[in-house]
Amino acid sequence: MNVAKPNSYRSGPDERGHFGIFGGRFVAETLMPLILDLEKAYTAAKADPAFQAEMNGYLKNYVGRPSPLYFAERLTAHLGGAKIYFKREELNHTGSHKVNNVLGQIMLARRMGKKRIIAETGAGQHGVATATLCARFGLECVVYMGAVDVERQQPNVIRMEMLGAKVFPVQSGTRTLKDAMNEALRDWVTNVHNTFYCIGTVAGPHPYPTLVRDFQSIIGNETKAQMQEVEGRLPDSLVACIGGGSNAMGLFHPFLDDPSVEIFGVEAAGHGLTQLHAASIAGGRPGVLHGNRTYLLMDDDGQIQDAHSISAGLDYPGIGPEHSWLHEVGRVNYLSATDDEALAAFQLLSKLEGIIPALEPAHAIAKVMELAPKRPRDHLMVVNLSGRGDKDVPQVGDILRGKSK
Amino acid sequence: MTTRIDTRFAELAKQSRSAFVTFLMAGDPDPATSLEIIKALPKSGADVIEIGMPFTDPMADGPSIQAAGLRALKAGMTLKKTLELVRGFRKDDDATPIVLMGYYNPIYIYGVDKFLVDAKSAGVDGLIIVDLPPEEDDELCLPAMKAGLNFIRLATPTTDDKRLPAVLANTSGFVYYVSITGITGAATADSAAVSEAVARIKRHTKLPVCVGFGIRTPETARAIASHANGAVVGTALVDALKTSLDAEGRATGKTVNAVAALTVALAQGVKGAKQAAE
Repeated sequence: MNVAKPNSYRSGPDERGHFGIFGGRFVAETLMPLILDLEKAYTAAKADPAFQAEMNGYLKNYVGRPSPLYFAERLTAHLGGAKIYFKREELNHTGSHKVNNVLGQIMLARRMGKKRIIAETGAGQHGVATATLCARFGLECVVYMGAVDVERQQPNVIRMEMLGAKVFPVQSGTRTLKDAMNEALRDWVTNVHNTFYCIGTVAGPHPYPTLVRDFQSIIGNETKAQMQEVEGRLPDSLVACIGGGSNAMGLFHPFLDDPSVEIFGVEAAGHGLTQLHAASIAGGRPGVLHGNRTYLLMDDDGQIQDAHSISAGLDYPGIGPEHSWLHEVGRVNYLSATDDEALAAFQLLSKLEGIIPALEPAHAIAKVMELAPKRPRDHLMVVNLSGRGDKDVPQVGDILRGKSK
Repeated sequence: MTTRIDTRFAELAKQSRSAFVTFLMAGDPDPATSLEIIKALPKSGADVIEIGMPFTDPMADGPSIQAAGLRALKAGMTLKKTLELVRGFRKDDDATPIVLMGYYNPIYIYGVDKFLVDAKSAGVDGLIIVDLPPEEDDELCLPAMKAGLNFIRLATPTTDDKRLPAVLANTSGFVYYVSITGITGAATADSAAVSEAVARIKRHTKLPVCVGFGIRTPETARAIASHANGAVVGTALVDALKTSLDAEGRATGKTVNAVAALTVALAQGVKGAKQAAE
């Protein structure tokens, strides 16, 4: 951690898309002109009040924002420490935070005149959000999903198909999110003339990490205002799960320059950090994949290693580049939760609060169960409940009945 | 600095002939067979040899080259062993240019400076790194030029006249024109469109222009080579190699010959082409 502390943690990236040494534009030449176009289109959209006004209209009336900030009274009493609030992103239309970003990107695609949208998806939440907005705006939608994930997230596959999207099960490599992203990039290189790649997380070549972060920052901005309203002050800590890290970045970013706020990201430790897992910061090192430099799981030859997590949405051997930077400058603490810890949290939350969380935020809840009891009762802790668990009910049901491991 | 690439293209220009450039994956299907195959290429008619550096996540490659990389990795191939392969080839051949092609991460992890020293001493002449556009020239392109290696850039149908100068600025050796928007082995190159694109690139540079992606047959190779300074064939050679393997994906007695025979046929196609006027 021998990295100089910046004056602000919110000023990145630089004009070349770098957060410290992380980020960048590591893509094939075929895609470069389009990425430069996208950057221009995004800069213009940001400066256009009509773009923001139109987006706000859909966020309010189609997505259902603002999402509530809910005091989890029974979980708080059960853990006996910090006062725990949930940012209820699982109540958004389509059931997760993913829709915030997809709405922004689809509106950009329309401004750029692109009629065909492609996306990669792990758990299927980003795929469902993309399929939903493509249906809403009458755009062709193709979703790449690892064959393993197609199997374990069937409800979302059916939803995407009902919404009119074409879902391609990806058979290459490890047949999970990483390979879905490879296949989406291959489609994009082939169909670059009419296709917009709607990336689901704060990763990929610049400007994706920035624009996804900006579209997701509504989570943190709302949280700040809502907490001010109910408690009259800033929260003391934030907790969110991390695969690529978009729900976490959305919650964290507006608070990065508030030094009193402790921030925790929770990676997926799978079977444990000494075995198969998906915790890139805990178990990886900087490398280059999917358009950016970031922490990656890999071997000594630079070959990307298989990740594992019970949660398809966290089962990725990398992390968004801004998270890698926030780790190196020490602003965010990156922890990890195992499959078993996430399953326990999934069950606890279902029974205590009547909220079945997705397996992804169950990882965040697992760490809340460790962090909250050690903090005083006037400590305000916000956890991002980034998705609902409907999609996981068949998989978790099987596990709990001992039908699969 | 003159590399084997510069020398080879100068010789070919004197003979008014286009280059036949082959691509195969290092270590496919195993390191020993791979060396035999590479050694057989020059006498079968290859003028320039591209060797793929295996990578788990080859985003610009189609199924054939993806599978070739996975076969190589399964057989224990690493970047270090790829350099050993080049060293092995150089024992008998000090003239045929060798270009390593692949993705940046294995080089980044090996260490850029160490890699450049080791690659140069192994006998590598140039590099093609798919995921390093000019925007990332500081990473490897500029250090490679300093180390005396050619950094060969890909130009594509989406590289317009406005962008071409940036793409060509730090390119040396030759320019690799990707004839289709797409992944390797996916579509057939259209020779009229290629001719126009090569002419457009030549308005911006004096470097030789080779064309690849989408050339599978001696006929296409001839057609493309007549509009360019070279034609690159990869997927078709990798497919010929794969067809010769046994059910477990291991080399057979036919493997080296299968690649050599197709190389001979393709080379004849290229050599039948009249090179476009300079």
